[in-house]
Amino acid sequence: MSDFTSNFWPVFITAISLLGIFGCALLLWRTSKIKVATSSDGTNGHVWDEDLREMNNPLPRWWVGMFIFTIIFALFYLAAYPGLGSYAGKLGWSQNGQYDKEVADANKALEPLYAKYTAMTTEELAKNLDAKAIGERLFMNNCAQCHGSDAKGSRGFPNLTDNDWIHGGSPEKIKETIIGGRIGMMPPMAAAVGNAEDVKNVANYVLSLSGSMHDSGRAGAGKDKFTTCAACHGADGKGNQAVGAPNLTDNIWLHGAGEAAIIKRVNEGKINQMPAQQARLTPEQIHVVASYVWGLSNK
Amino acid sequence: MSNHDTKSGFSHEKIETSNFLMIVLILVTVAFGGLVEIVPLFFQKSTTEPIAGLKPYTALELAGRDIYTREGCYNCHSQMIRPFRAETLRYGHYSVAGESVYDHPFQWGSKRTGPDLARVGGKYSDEWQRIHLVNPRDLVPESIMPAYPWLEKDLVGAEAMPAHMKALRTVGVPYTDADIAGAVEATKGKTELDALIAYLQVLGTHLK
Repeated sequence: MSDFTSNFWPVFITAISLLGIFGCALLLWRTSKIKVATSSDGTNGHVWDEDLREMNNPLPRWWVGMFIFTIIFALFYLAAYPGLGSYAGKLGWSQNGQYDKEVADANKALEPLYAKYTAMTTEELAKNLDAKAIGERLFMNNCAQCHGSDAKGSRGFPNLTDNDWIHGGSPEKIKETIIGGRIGMMPPMAAAVGNAEDVKNVANYVLSLSGSMHDSGRAGAGKDKFTTCAACHGADGKGNQAVGAPNLTDNIWLHGAGEAAIIKRVNEGKINQMPAQQARLTPEQIHVVASYVWGLSNK
Repeated sequence: MSNHDTKSGFSHEKIETSNFLMIVLILVTVAFGGLVEIVPLFFQKSTTEPIAGLKPYTALELAGRDIYTREGCYNCHSQMIRPFRAETLRYGHYSVAGESVYDHPFQWGSKRTGPDLARVGGKYSDEWQRIHLVNPRDLVPESIMPAYPWLEKDLVGAEAMPAHMKALRTVGVPYTDADIAGAVEATKGKTELDALIAYLQVLGTHLK
């Protein structure tokens, strides 16, 4: 089915294209037939700007030859490629077809490589230099914008090199995170904890868990209030990877260290999201990049 | 003078000695290229009809689009993924013309100092976009993109949105009366950052 809204347009394009080409040929032929009488000095008698005269030499042979060649070339080209309205051309070439072929060829060339990698375990891939190089490129194109080109993340975007995992660091869990993305959700907890003093106390207790600088009096007073937090972060504060609650005892602070930052989180909560990458990567690529990420903290 | 003047009234001397005739005839000659290469594009289904599932920008997204053009994002970011494997590996499916029929004017761009944004929608979290627009180096230390901290403070010009959407409707964007009536409500009190992120998050998400 023609892509044009009316059948006039393919005819219009074809007519103008062909008339243009044949018109050029006709012009060349016609002008070669016209004999212009020249004056005795070899000029055609025109005079411009007082003394500018024009010779009337024939067109150079090489130029005429090239002109004829372009006309013949144009006709063959229009026969082979889609140029005349809806006519698809003898070669059946199309922009999208060329793209599909390019992708198919590349996939075919990469198939044995990815088949080999798929058969390997994450541990093996993490040691394989070629797989690591591919994994690093995939990481740079798809992950580094958030996790950093050194994979060390930034505030709110987890460091992937420290073996501190919010949702789990096993190869399967890393894959799960890449495929489906993650939403980390901590509700505002201030009301559940108590008043502003209680929040400050519990923040100091949280700081004491990792041996960070804290007010031990306040920490002692906040210990009871921590039961509210323990629902997700665990009674020992070591977190819960099943719900994505970070470990509070390891002195790694995704959303900022120190009393003020913790009070802010308790008061405001936090919703943090990693978008799903499933549509952007093939399962084989996910295997390779997950192994790369796993290898960053399992040397 | 030369004798072929008498043979025809349309000699080359006549053309070459008349600026006006020369200009007109050059324009006519050159116009044939455009008649064949440009004019038929306005009568092709693939360039004039929206792809299945394409939705016009919501009022907030449209306001964000205005910020995008105002800040000159198109100077560094294209919105046109070409059908090459190297591009689709990085950015996703190549762009098709039917995706931008509601864009007036389109933001295809021709220069990439930064990455292409045609399918940036959903690639990053809203939070990422927020931090990144306020100061790109907070997230990507290597970035050379300018910071846009004022977007966080300035509010969208909500009152102008209905007129804007009406104007777009006259050039074929299918906004309903309800869309236009609700435009002020939908954008009032939103920051320019909210609007721009809403716009970025919808880019390229309609092609299935």
